[in-house]
Amino acid sequence: MLAKRIIPCLDVKEGRVVKGINFVGLRDAGDPVESAQRYSAGGADEITFLDITASHENRRTLFDLVDRTASTVAVPLTVGGGVRERRDVSELLHAGADKVSINSAAVSNPDFVKEMAEAYGSQAIVVAIDAKRVPGEAEKWTVYTHGGRRDTGLDAIAWARQMADYGAGEILLTSMDRDGTQDGYDLLLTRAVVDAISIPVVASGGVGTLGHVHEGLAAGGADAALAASIFHDGHYTVAEVKEYLLDHGVCVRPPERD
Amino acid sequence: MTTGRVAIVDLGLGNLHSVAKAFERAGAKAELSADPDVLQRADRLVMPGQGAFKECAHALAGEVGEAVRAWIDTGRPYLGICLGMQALFEESEEAPGEKGLGIFPGSVKRFGTNLRDAEGRKLKVPHIGWNQIESRHPVFENEEWYYFVHSYYCVPDDESLVVATTDYGGPFCSAIARDNVLACQFHPEKSQHAGARLIGHFLGDVAWN
Repeated sequence: MLAKRIIPCLDVKEGRVVKGINFVGLRDAGDPVESAQRYSAGGADEITFLDITASHENRRTLFDLVDRTASTVAVPLTVGGGVRERRDVSELLHAGADKVSINSAAVSNPDFVKEMAEAYGSQAIVVAIDAKRVPGEAEKWTVYTHGGRRDTGLDAIAWARQMADYGAGEILLTSMDRDGTQDGYDLLLTRAVVDAISIPVVASGGVGTLGHVHEGLAAGGADAALAASIFHDGHYTVAEVKEYLLDHGVCVRPPERD
Repeated sequence: MTTGRVAIVDLGLGNLHSVAKAFERAGAKAELSADPDVLQRADRLVMPGQGAFKECAHALAGEVGEAVRAWIDTGRPYLGICLGMQALFEESEEAPGEKGLGIFPGSVKRFGTNLRDAEGRKLKVPHIGWNQIESRHPVFENEEWYYFVHSYYCVPDDESLVVATTDYGGPFCSAIARDNVLACQFHPEKSQHAGARLIGHFLGDVAWN
């Protein structure tokens, strides 16, 4: 039986791990390669890097980081942030990323996703959706871009469906309302997207407790749970998350003891 | 462990960085190449998954494919990964009319469109993520978890080739072995400790061929 995946996410800026709330107030949280090694040794099923370096000039730093991580970490690596053109995708895959995550560029040019899926295979193309609840509406979310600063007005569910049709291999779904709050995933949002499409959905944004991870996978129905701060801040290890999930009847790959 | 030289067949269709690194971590000298002379000199040959069946079949239609076929005939150890497993068969539903290496009779089929698990829930294709194998072959550990990314799987005519199966809406063939040829549908290079153990076994720390 296919296991649900636990994915530690590292927000990376100029080659360092950073963490903030709702994408502001960033602070340094260490070396990405070391963190990725530690997580993978602890049983992470995948590692995600989101590069939030503002300028494109520092891309070399990211490629170097991806290369060093892929050389030492034997689990799949997803890299996103600032992916705008074909060259960005090819360079990241060449550096050793297994999947590349596309966000704003998908909104400005949906065909870009189609072209990249055709060129590199759907399995290599993730579309990241930053969704925020429309005020006053219980079950309506719109898609935000540019690090959560710009409301595109696109309906998040319809957008997820379109991206799946365009060949995305996976949706990385982040609740902007919950990101960094540790209040738990937006379960209604997660469930609505999971039910709308037939490609895997990675839930993101809001995990603060072990119970939140369980909810995202069980009630939310996500295929994978992505979390950042609970791991970086040392609240929980990946192994603790997995043991909790196993105890609660969720199929995950058990942590290895070397 | 004397691992000797490992040649990794590079068809120019994808990034083989992580495969090469996985072998280097296991202590092997790994060389990426499509040069028949280089492949011929190796002690072990690895064919990783790259591209789709069509491009792979085209790339193997010429002298590289001949070199791989001749190499397998010499009896030295061969490891096929993902498409490098599928390419051993005659044809694939992914690219009707294209010819695989035809080392073994059989074909490659796509997962059904209405695949369901034991509880009746719809399963997604591609099959992406960690899944377990059932195996009694010495290079694998029964119930071990490996990382899969694929929509197609091998169906050998000779069922005795199958040395591991995995459940995804029913059992499918996730590894084969015959004499010096070993091949798996999953990615040992992405399967952390389990993958490293398999690579170590292929490199000779257990007798399998």
